[in-house]
Amino acid sequence: MRQFLIVAPILIPLAATAVTALLWSRPAAQRFVGLGAAVALFVATMALLAEVISGGMLVGQMGSWPAPFGISLVVDHLAAAMLAITGLMGLTVAVYAMGPGAKERDRAGFQPLFHALLMGVTGAFTTGDLFNLYVWFEVMLIASFGLLVLDRTREQIDGGIRYVMLNLVGTTFFLLAIGLVYGLTGTLNMADLARVAPDIENQGALAAVGVLLLVAFGAKAAVFPLFNWLPASYHTASMPVAAIFAALLTKVGVYAIIRVFTLIFAHDQALFGPMLGIIAMATMVVGVLGAASHYDVRRILSFHIISQIGYMLVGVALMTPLAIAGSVLYVIHHIVVKANLFLVAGAMQQVGGTFALKRLGGLYAARPLLGLAFLIPALSLAGIPPLSGFWGKLVVIRSSLEVEAYVLAFVALAVGLLTLYSMVKIWNEAFWKAKPETAPEPPAAWTMTQRIATFTPIIVLCGVTLTIGLWTEPFAAFSITAAESLLDREAYIAAVLGTNPVQLTEAVP
Amino acid sequence: METLLALSIGVLVAAAAYLLLARDLPRVLLGFVLLGNAANLTIFAAGRIGTMTPPLVEYGATALAAGAANPLPQALVLTAIVIGFGLAAFALVLVMRAYAEFGSAQAEDMDAAEGPDEPVSPAPDQDPVPAQREAA
Repeated sequence: MRQFLIVAPILIPLAATAVTALLWSRPAAQRFVGLGAAVALFVATMALLAEVISGGMLVGQMGSWPAPFGISLVVDHLAAAMLAITGLMGLTVAVYAMGPGAKERDRAGFQPLFHALLMGVTGAFTTGDLFNLYVWFEVMLIASFGLLVLDRTREQIDGGIRYVMLNLVGTTFFLLAIGLVYGLTGTLNMADLARVAPDIENQGALAAVGVLLLVAFGAKAAVFPLFNWLPASYHTASMPVAAIFAALLTKVGVYAIIRVFTLIFAHDQALFGPMLGIIAMATMVVGVLGAASHYDVRRILSFHIISQIGYMLVGVALMTPLAIAGSVLYVIHHIVVKANLFLVAGAMQQVGGTFALKRLGGLYAARPLLGLAFLIPALSLAGIPPLSGFWGKLVVIRSSLEVEAYVLAFVALAVGLLTLYSMVKIWNEAFWKAKPETAPEPPAAWTMTQRIATFTPIIVLCGVTLTIGLWTEPFAAFSITAAESLLDREAYIAAVLGTNPVQLTEAVP
Repeated sequence: METLLALSIGVLVAAAAYLLLARDLPRVLLGFVLLGNAANLTIFAAGRIGTMTPPLVEYGATALAAGAANPLPQALVLTAIVIGFGLAAFALVLVMRAYAEFGSAQAEDMDAAEGPDEPVSPAPDQDPVPAQREAA
């Protein structure tokens, strides 16, 4: 049962991709299958999370090849949490995608691509092998290419080109790093790498591999200075696609950074810690300033993704248990909140007819509930107590104060303030001010089903945000357990390789 | 052999960097293909070269004969080639589609995604409201 649970998050989307692709000419049936698969994925990932919480780390060796020869799947606390949140996002976005525009999207192939994307994401969270991680990155990437240009508009083609070119180069760097690390160590299993990395003679070359990996994952996570593809493309995607991108894609990069730098390069913290700290600060500042300069709801939100990535990197930069716990808590909170803001933005466009703040207005008078649904995630993003973002920021800032990283703490606080500025800007312009004369006619009226499909996910995610905010204790405790298990490298290595690992004979002929 | 391989990887990366910086999208795409090839050669070289014996298990034997080539990098490169081919094919179609849409394959002619936003309040001298007040 444990062995099945560990592959279920990959197999369910795989089956859904295949079945929905076979049902190509029947969009209604596709939607039905897609929703069923999303429910199944949600249940499976929740069961996996429960299993990990009660029974500890899950390890599976694919094809019964013992590690490090085969591909290991490893689900520890962090991976289980990421998988569970992927399940939640898959389900909410699958429901949301049944709202306005569903027919056109499904005819263009939304369902197979969406589930392929979920498969790539769950695979990347599950795998314990560096080359396998590369393969899941590519699965995710090719599916996201298709999803991004789903409507084939001019903006999407243009945004798609920028997204595709920069990400292609990023993954090629990953491949290059894999080649070099294999040449240095003779293994690609992450646990085995963690075991041999501190004893490698040529530490300089290993550090070069670390930097290459940082570039590759950083390009995926949209950190400074590799973020340019994100604000160029995310706002062009259709709203369900933008929501799932905002929720999951950059976070796979963050997860990979956390995994690799806590596991394989932990002994080189003197080099990577300050480097990551500077990157984290620059990412926070650049993202929030970019958001301040924009007047389109989607573009503001896109820049805020970048800004928030900085907070998640603080944990790896400081490498204390509390800092990593803060990163984990922040990632969990951020995925929920950011996806919800994109969902709300879609609903705003449906009601107000546009994303441009200048021509939006009077939404609070027209739809008070929508206003509330915006305020909860928006204030949470800015870190207003008692919402979830406050606790995430609190732990991150407290951990940086504890190690006397005052600049980092100050930047994190200031960026929180500027985030509030952007959110208040959206609130004032779109919800509070009177409806301008230039306001466009909203698109055709929605059916009841479309309204339910749009607002159910928003309300559910608001509920999750409030739960994390008001009942933080279990989430914080879980984050600390996850951080401790991330820092306990010996336990990870022993769980994957067994207590007496097979010694690889020298690979040099 | 290793020196030759290292040199050709270096030349490939240099050529790829030059092409990736071009404004012409087909050139950028070729740059990506070259960079992918350089990465594949790196993996191949990382598996140690120097033997021509194919990594095949003899009939009846249970393990590779000593001195055979390392099969793992070859498997990795094969996977990477297939993935790179798929990505390049998709990117090529996207570039063609962009060419049809914009009438050009130059990156600078594509400006649909990142145009400036409309600012929320017009500049003061264009504001019609004070002008009306003064008139009143």
